[in-house]
Amino acid sequence: MRTPQPDGEFMMRDTTSHPAAYAPQYKTSVLRSPKLALISLQQSLSEVTAPVFRADELGRLDDDLILNYAKNGMPIGERIVVHGYVHDQLGRPLKNALVEVWQANASGRYRHKKDQYIGSLDPNFGGCGRMLTDENGYYAYRTIKPGPYPWRNRVNDWRPAHIHYAISGDGWVQRLITQMYFEGDPLIRSCPILGVVPSEEQIRGLIALQDIGAFVQLDSRAYRFDIVLRGQRATLFENHVQKTPEGERQ
Amino acid sequence: MSRRLEHRHGLEGALAAPGGSELKVRRETASQTAGPYVHIGLAPQAAGFDIFEKNFGSVLANDKTRGEKIRIEGRVFDGIGTVLKDVLIEIWQANADGKYAHPADRQPGKSIDPNFRGWGRGCTDFETGVYTFDTIKPGPVEGRNGRIMAPHVNAWIVARGINMGLNTRIYFSDEAEANAKDAVLNLIEWEQRRQTLVAERLDRRLDNGAAVYRFDIRLQGENETVFFDV
Repeated sequence: MRTPQPDGEFMMRDTTSHPAAYAPQYKTSVLRSPKLALISLQQSLSEVTAPVFRADELGRLDDDLILNYAKNGMPIGERIVVHGYVHDQLGRPLKNALVEVWQANASGRYRHKKDQYIGSLDPNFGGCGRMLTDENGYYAYRTIKPGPYPWRNRVNDWRPAHIHYAISGDGWVQRLITQMYFEGDPLIRSCPILGVVPSEEQIRGLIALQDIGAFVQLDSRAYRFDIVLRGQRATLFENHVQKTPEGERQ
Repeated sequence: MSRRLEHRHGLEGALAAPGGSELKVRRETASQTAGPYVHIGLAPQAAGFDIFEKNFGSVLANDKTRGEKIRIEGRVFDGIGTVLKDVLIEIWQANADGKYAHPADRQPGKSIDPNFRGWGRGCTDFETGVYTFDTIKPGPVEGRNGRIMAPHVNAWIVARGINMGLNTRIYFSDEAEANAKDAVLNLIEWEQRRQTLVAERLDRRLDNGAAVYRFDIRLQGENETVFFDV
């Protein structure tokens, strides 16, 4: 007897939680957005599995952006800790999820050969880090608060300070890329990239709150940023089906 | 049944809404574009610097990996045919037996290959726009209701201007018979669109004997690649 569907399917993606592919206020999306409807796929093993990452694939300083590129001193800027939990939509913690982050330095400049912004590079700051969540779905890293920067969209568009996130969960369909913003940043209101997020509720979900309780005394402020990935359903009748005697019901 | 349901769903916490039994389902965190500098975080060497001791990359197979060595290469085009040079692609595939290196894959009679994880990450070249993955050809995997899926590689595409990662599948041109029976390809009612998911096996081989397949991705417009809502 075959099982009719794989274990642990994920809930259908709620597209009203996400920006549309075609979002003309973010001009680059105009030619990079599929025009045809996505083909909806019932999940198979190809969708419910995903790579499993191991702690030994990461380095000791991978979660410390203050030190992981320090050459002859410490990077300049506001020292912060960013921490939070990765859960699925049903509230279950995502254990061993790979969280990768990248960002500009305190001047709003990226260490990237294609970034030409006049803001200065910091010789002691790389701007990327990565970590695995623990058994409670918790992650934490320390870094320098990124600066805002101008970008070519309209002539005077500025990105609010933000940190990019890529999260890999238990299933291929949980893969998510997003950006985290900082509470109180006045540029949040006018950002075209944040403006394509379809609701206030969803925009609020991308804004980290200052977390005074987690400040490191005489050292760093802290921000809290929680992430929700696709919910994983149970296969309700899987055991029942498997226990059906051969030949009795196919 | 109900106890098992609760346990299996992990609903205890989710159901504990004060004064009610309404199932609380949270919204998924909103997706945002990977932006032009995605390489810094996911492929720092492509961004132009070296920071991690170990890097994730586009070579999935080594000399001991079981299966036929292949390279998948291609380019990504926008809606007016421009070759895009700032795209990041990740692939996820089964091994030569058709087994995924993940505990949810319990297909009988297939084993994990210790020399193959089946996951890789590549970037389109800043000069040529070409991406490559050096891997092995996956075996067929059991799909829903026991139907065997044709060999395929799952791909996820992100870049500046893409607000949510695009999911697609890479099938193989020398598997025409299996492709014709594949339930996912057959789900695409416009037959001519199925071809956008088939990588073409080229005559060329690499020095190590690997067969080369070309898989171009068209984000929009003529021959737009089929993308899936998975």
